[in-house]
Amino acid sequence: MNALPVLWDTLFAPFIEFAFMRRALVATLALALSAAPLGVFLTLRRMSLLGDALSHAVLPGVAIGFMVSGLSLTAMALGGVLAGLLVAAVAGAVTRFTTLKEDASLAAIYLVALALGVTLIARHGTQLDLLHILFGSALGVDQPGLYLVAGVASASVLALALMYRGLVLETFDPVFLGAHRRGVPAWVWQQGFLMLVVLNLVAGFQTLGTLMAVGLMMLPAVSARLWHDTLPAQLLNASAQAAIAGVAGLQLSYHCDMPSGPTIIGCAGALYATSLLLAPGGWLPRHWARPHRVA
Amino acid sequence: MNTATTAAITLHNLTVSYRQHPALHHVSGHFAQGSLTAVIGPNGAGKSTLLKSLAGLVPVDPHSRVERAPGLRLAYLPQQSELDRSFPLDVRDCVLMGLWEHTGAWGRCTPTMQARVDAALHAVGLQGFEHRPVGMLSSGQLQRTLFARLLVQDAKLILLDEPFSAVDSATTAGLLALVQQWQRQGRTVVAVLHDNAQVQAHFPQTLLLARECIAWGATADVLTDTHLSHARAMAEAWEDLEHPPACPLRVAAFPLAGGNASGPAKPVPRCSAAPQEVALP
Repeated sequence: MNALPVLWDTLFAPFIEFAFMRRALVATLALALSAAPLGVFLTLRRMSLLGDALSHAVLPGVAIGFMVSGLSLTAMALGGVLAGLLVAAVAGAVTRFTTLKEDASLAAIYLVALALGVTLIARHGTQLDLLHILFGSALGVDQPGLYLVAGVASASVLALALMYRGLVLETFDPVFLGAHRRGVPAWVWQQGFLMLVVLNLVAGFQTLGTLMAVGLMMLPAVSARLWHDTLPAQLLNASAQAAIAGVAGLQLSYHCDMPSGPTIIGCAGALYATSLLLAPGGWLPRHWARPHRVA
Repeated sequence: MNTATTAAITLHNLTVSYRQHPALHHVSGHFAQGSLTAVIGPNGAGKSTLLKSLAGLVPVDPHSRVERAPGLRLAYLPQQSELDRSFPLDVRDCVLMGLWEHTGAWGRCTPTMQARVDAALHAVGLQGFEHRPVGMLSSGQLQRTLFARLLVQDAKLILLDEPFSAVDSATTAGLLALVQQWQRQGRTVVAVLHDNAQVQAHFPQTLLLARECIAWGATADVLTDTHLSHARAMAEAWEDLEHPPACPLRVAAFPLAGGNASGPAKPVPRCSAAPQEVALP
């Protein structure tokens, strides 16, 4: 009889009582909707580490924005987007004009960018600012921050819908697309997609921090691939897992007084571990199925 | 010239290099419209490179030219290894991709188009497999899926790169029948193959490559011991050289055997295609 009110207090009261919790919830759900499907495409394109690299690459841009106008969200976001796009473009150019593969060139560039970013922030801000930018704070999302996240999420979901057919074709069979040209050239899909990734990482940096934003993108995506055989199902599953991780992470961080960003990613990690064990493509079902396959 | 008007695709001194290593050089000639040509040769002879340059996938050297008859749409089937088989896509969606040139990124897929997809799946014997993920197909089934996609593309010029290499004999027979049906419909087919008996039985025209054009013409004239051993010798000579020098040296080392070792292929009477067309309604 008295379990229900307790449950109510635990689950819903934080969001009803505190505006900052509501804003954090909306920001996290918006990110879950837009970033997780992009993560699925990243894993399908064998570019799982690219998100990571780009998230590091965003940092010097954010730092320069911070130097120019303090903790202004617009300046930092703009700097982050520009830096991310620049690094993606430079890595693409290095791949095209030298013998290095894209992952190698990105790895080289993002490490330099990360070092640059940390140096810039350490010289011009306090240790606290650095922590704030690296790991974010969902509980500190303000009204403009919320608009940024919501705007980017809406735009990127729409853009992904527009690009869907071309992107699927370019990912599955790039040779086919190269031999049968029609309409926009093939590189548009790749570059447009990378742009969406950068935008989502920047949108996530205030909520989760530049380093943790990529977690909400990749972890649900990787575990979603264990559950389904078709792409639309994987995309939905990834978004759902990201949303669950977001809500659970916010609850945990509220009740146990933990930093919100890492807690959200921790919850996504827990879902990943569960998927590894229980999903159709995971360990247990395959383990059980083995006798049948041998027989 | 009469041939110029009936050529589906004409090669002018076609030379392709990967990082200054010639993969194919000085190939000239044309594929007549409605012809069915096998491309054969030892490993590393530039067969796949030839097809890729026909499809516009690799840059050709500045003095080369690949000329396609205006308005001629092509369909290209690469080697299976170039596909991502772990992609979460089912058979029907894969075949639907053949409509790309009709719908583009945003066009609607009309019921007529859907019917074409169903008919293509039926033609390759994959009805009932529509919702099977491509990752769970055998290599023969995957190749049939890709042939269904070619059917849906409905192109006038069809390029096949080793279409039967990982496929059992029953499937090969079925797919070969499709290839011959394409020729009867007046389409131009160019296929890279390895099986000389298959070439002799089913392909009226043959192009024998060993980085250069060794022979090009009617299959019976091309598949001779002289030509084949010449191609083998060329390939071995290439392999012996760790870094093949620029082409003039090579040509000097191999005095031209037969008239068409380098220059343009001798025009071969194009009559081989005609009797077949008469034989069928």
